[in-house]
Amino acid sequence: METILVSLGGGLAEAVQPLNLTMIIIGCVIGLLVGAMPGLGSVNGVAILLPITFLVPPNAAIIFLAAIYYGAMYGGAISSITLGIPGASTAVATVFDGRPLAQQGHADKALTAAATASFIGGTISVVLFTLFAPPLAEFALRFGPPEEFALMVLAFATFIGLGGDDIPKTIFSILIGLVLATIGLDIISGKPRLIFFDVSGFLHGINFLVLAIGIYGIGEMLWTLEQTKGQVIVHKVQTSFRAMFRNIRDVKHYAGTTTLGSILGYFVGTLPAAGATPASLMSYGLAKTFSKNPDSFGKGNVAGVAAPEAANNAASTGSMLPMITLGIPGSPTTAILLGGMIIWGLRPGPLLFSEHPDFVWGLIGSLYIANLFTLLINLAFIPVFVRVLTMPFTILAPIIFTLCIVGGYAPTQTMHDVWLMFVFGLAGYLLRKLNYPVAPAVLAIVLGPLAELSLRQSLLASQGDAMIFLERPISATCIALAVALMLYPSVRRLLERRKRAAATE
Amino acid sequence: MTVRHAELWMAIATILLSLAFMYKSTDGLSIGWIPGTGPGSGAWPFWLSTGMLLASLWTLVRWFRGATPEARSSEVYISRETLVVVGTSAGAILFLLAATHFIGMYAALLLFLLFYFRFIGRHGWRATTLLSIGIPVFIFCLFEWALQIPLPKAITEPLFYPIYDLMYS
Repeated sequence: METILVSLGGGLAEAVQPLNLTMIIIGCVIGLLVGAMPGLGSVNGVAILLPITFLVPPNAAIIFLAAIYYGAMYGGAISSITLGIPGASTAVATVFDGRPLAQQGHADKALTAAATASFIGGTISVVLFTLFAPPLAEFALRFGPPEEFALMVLAFATFIGLGGDDIPKTIFSILIGLVLATIGLDIISGKPRLIFFDVSGFLHGINFLVLAIGIYGIGEMLWTLEQTKGQVIVHKVQTSFRAMFRNIRDVKHYAGTTTLGSILGYFVGTLPAAGATPASLMSYGLAKTFSKNPDSFGKGNVAGVAAPEAANNAASTGSMLPMITLGIPGSPTTAILLGGMIIWGLRPGPLLFSEHPDFVWGLIGSLYIANLFTLLINLAFIPVFVRVLTMPFTILAPIIFTLCIVGGYAPTQTMHDVWLMFVFGLAGYLLRKLNYPVAPAVLAIVLGPLAELSLRQSLLASQGDAMIFLERPISATCIALAVALMLYPSVRRLLERRKRAAATE
Repeated sequence: MTVRHAELWMAIATILLSLAFMYKSTDGLSIGWIPGTGPGSGAWPFWLSTGMLLASLWTLVRWFRGATPEARSSEVYISRETLVVVGTSAGAILFLLAATHFIGMYAALLLFLLFYFRFIGRHGWRATTLLSIGIPVFIFCLFEWALQIPLPKAITEPLFYPIYDLMYS
């Protein structure tokens, strides 16, 4: 415990270094804007802006990106409340009560509640993160290649079991991400693989950013252009400092649901397939169930805004836990952060704590600071963000397309990758319209090389005997859990069918 | 084309893609076990693509049985209105990328932004010119100057010589 406090102190000191503090503030502002814009969430902001972070050292870069992640979770609420459309999927549940509150002229109340609840959610989850991360990393030090591979299988199984999407389409998405990661030179034999039409551009492989920016930049913008053809109506927000303080003091009325939502959000967030969106929906459901007045939900109950907002912020911190300690991202956004860490020459996983403690603790320290700054910036500039939201989409869209194109060029500096990114963007858009989930593919292309390496190392050690994954206790547990998760949807369907059959008899 | 048809075509496309990946995985590579070195280079991609094929066939079967909501949907996959909005944007990006090979990224960006702001966004000439020039200038400062990543310039390269002189002198 003492060592944790000492390290945390060092991390906080690192986070308030001038460069890092500047990165936190800029990141929070960008995150708030990105989160507030309908159609764009943390994952889009992080994917599009990652290439720009080559400007600063890795420590500052990850702090910047984490601040965007954080800010976007706060920002999502702004458009959910003032426009009635979620700024990001993570803020869907915030619309349920945020919208009615705005219609009744209480937008300020809802916005303050969202900000305060986000702060509480963020703080509780960061404390949980600080307590859980070091022991988990220490435990994970025992992991060898078989455990690593089993853990990745488990991560992908969560998409099948808990993703809630069409199962064959989810499997396809995972596998295509893994296959795309194999293109290029084989890491073990050095042989070129899957070089289509002998195009030399494929020899250096497909950078995960090409897929991530293609899908989350270009594909997402095309999707948003399709969705926002109609006009949006902004609700007026009038507020004063006096009213704001009164609203903040109201927190005590929903402190219980907020705390519950934060803890729930944190743990749901650690699962790769779940993350902030289901966490916020579950938290909303819980708040409604435990409320003395469940009928008021959906008609403008402030607790209905606070609960999901606390949960989605907590989930974003939660998703960083497996990324930092195990090297398995807990969400698409952390998958991109993880890819970034590999570009910066850091190997994510348990060794990070012992080999790069300043990096890890600087990041953790920055989460505390970012939380505070986002709250302050959010409360102070709510009217400014609302104005930005009224900016026509035809100004925003070409700017984002431009950032995508130059961002896609930056990592490898070939036009080949930019073209590929455009193709992925179009394909992602068309697939998404048919309900193919795209997040698993992005996660898979980041984890692909690591998964293949750990599989081949394991098989080499066991002379080709696949039983190695079942003979070691930790990997056997992971595989068993993975199998259970994969079977879960069909078991559930079977039970439902039986129940329905029993009901009709 | 309805969503129903689109799902069928997409399933067929994913099957063909899986087959292509399977074929390429065996192309000069071993997909079996090589004694002493472990699985061949093609094994991992080959079995993954086989999984892709199976997942795609599964989707196809579900389509025939009408098990997915998409397979029962008679809605239009891409409406005329969507085609105009999304199609012009995608077309403009296509032009931007193609033009980059001939006139370089900065000139192509200028034209792309001009077209987008003026003809898709219908913004005034003042805002259009300001943004269409301002954004490439900002990108230039960010990439060439701060990040030291030169973007492709093709035949417009000589236009940048005076700026290089300023930057590197």
